[in-house]
Amino acid sequence: MTRLSHRIARHGALIAVGALVLVPVVWVVTAGFRTQISLLTAEFLFTPVLSNFAEVLFSKTSDFLVNYRNSLIVGLSSTALCLTLATLAAWSLHRLRWPRWVVHVFLGWALIFQMLPPVALAGAWYTMARTVGLENSFLGLILAHTVLNLPMALWLMGVFVREVPIELEEAARIDGASTPVLLRHVVLPLAAPGLAACAILTFVFSWNEFAVALSLTMKQTATVPVAIAKFAQDFEIRYTQMAAAAALSILPALVLLLIGQRYIVRGLTQGAVK
Amino acid sequence: MGERSLAPPIATTTATGPVGAARRPLHNDLLARWGTFGPALLLMLALGVLPLANLVYTSFHTVTWSDGRATFTPAGFTHYLALVDDPLLRAGLKNTVVFAVCAVGGQMLLGFALALLCSRVSRGRVLYRALFILPILIPGIVIGAIWKLMLNYDFGLVNQAIELVGFEPRNWLGDSATALASVIVVDIWHWTPFCFLLLLAGLESLPQDPYEAARIDGATWWQELRYITLPLMAPALLVTFAFRLVIAFKVFDEIYLLTGGGPVTATEVVSFTLYQRFFTEDRAGYGSAMAVAIIFLCSLLLVMALSVRRRSEGPA
Repeated sequence: MTRLSHRIARHGALIAVGALVLVPVVWVVTAGFRTQISLLTAEFLFTPVLSNFAEVLFSKTSDFLVNYRNSLIVGLSSTALCLTLATLAAWSLHRLRWPRWVVHVFLGWALIFQMLPPVALAGAWYTMARTVGLENSFLGLILAHTVLNLPMALWLMGVFVREVPIELEEAARIDGASTPVLLRHVVLPLAAPGLAACAILTFVFSWNEFAVALSLTMKQTATVPVAIAKFAQDFEIRYTQMAAAAALSILPALVLLLIGQRYIVRGLTQGAVK
Repeated sequence: MGERSLAPPIATTTATGPVGAARRPLHNDLLARWGTFGPALLLMLALGVLPLANLVYTSFHTVTWSDGRATFTPAGFTHYLALVDDPLLRAGLKNTVVFAVCAVGGQMLLGFALALLCSRVSRGRVLYRALFILPILIPGIVIGAIWKLMLNYDFGLVNQAIELVGFEPRNWLGDSATALASVIVVDIWHWTPFCFLLLLAGLESLPQDPYEAARIDGATWWQELRYITLPLMAPALLVTFAFRLVIAFKVFDEIYLLTGGGPVTATEVVSFTLYQRFFTEDRAGYGSAMAVAIIFLCSLLLVMALSVRRRSEGPA
């Protein structure tokens, strides 16, 4: 075979896989624009309707806008909190004089914690939240998502903080910078791309999280994944509305993928293999 | 050795040296140290360590709720002993192992093949990569919703497609013969891109000299793969495999929506068993014992994965 035919074969294979990835998503998004009958009869050509989206977003029986708002509140708050804690702690552990065992025990524990099934923790969190009256509140879920994403954020920020040249930090120290000034004006600007990667992933994982949200929320505080699960559990599944809701729920991920692919790739691959 | 095994593999592979504490200290102000590390430690203690202690405590009690108040009745080891005879848990463990091994095996094979293909493509790599990342970013529950529609008996695209080529439509999720396999295929669809991404990053960072030398010596494509790429990629392959395996043991969202563990116990996995016992049946004591047992199993798996990794790195 010639080089050209090799190239065509490679692109052909990749395009085929790309189609496999894309077809289910596109098919479900288009299902959101169909009527129930059009979906059930599986007609190939159909006239798109907006009624499913209108029903999901604005009907009195649907809380989807509320769920969307809840997911945004929980996602943004837990991302902000998680990044703050993780950046400070990562910088502290890697740049300040801590005994080695403190660093190893804490990061080692974070690794073990990351591996635990969230469902196993959800039970304990639920009991604790119920004891202090935090069940069915945003605060409980925000804290839970923060601690769930903390290990990943700690490792990522650990990598990015170490990439800041230590000479710059020393120079700032010699010039008399206090710790907050040093962090604000030297470390943060230099770690910003890493921070962006970490922020995108933390937000997406919080947005996607289901098991803990299911056990810590009720009707008014339910997040998007919990709402979508409800669609599928109704006695008579409204398939087209479920499709519309699914399409709406992947919007933030799509936007982030379009504007921040570089950061997402960096965050996902950072550290695991380098 | 002991210290090494505690450090996360992710940090040790990327660090320029041993974890930072050994480097020149900048500042030894007690306030600065605790002010930066304290908040994270506090949160981890309150929501990471305390819940585990809580679980262990609860697992030795039977919990009953009345008027929003919990009553703990000591139960000794009865919950732990009952775990052994739980048919649901047994089915869950068996399915989880089958699920994790098949799904992750498939993802690794496909992901590596794709990464090899993509690494030889010069144009359009960014586009392919963006496309393949998409499933990683979609919520698990939405993946479940998408495939519940795709695999629907009456109108799902899968049945439409196989009817087109002349096969009988099947009730993929409702038939216990195909339910677990269907869930595995969905998981492969979901996570192959993740393996692909990690392995592609690994391939991109390989040194080029051995390949040039091999080309001069007239090595075939297969010889390059067998004698250069595979040995060089072994650590990355192992890390990705172990990492995915542990995540596969946590599977919950997709199964919750696709099959709910059914039909009967065909797709019951441990996370789901735990959820049912703890929340659906409201047996906090027994559920906690199960959670502790599962956490113990996960930690065991992790220790095994880490020791395999250390061996693969050699004595260095």
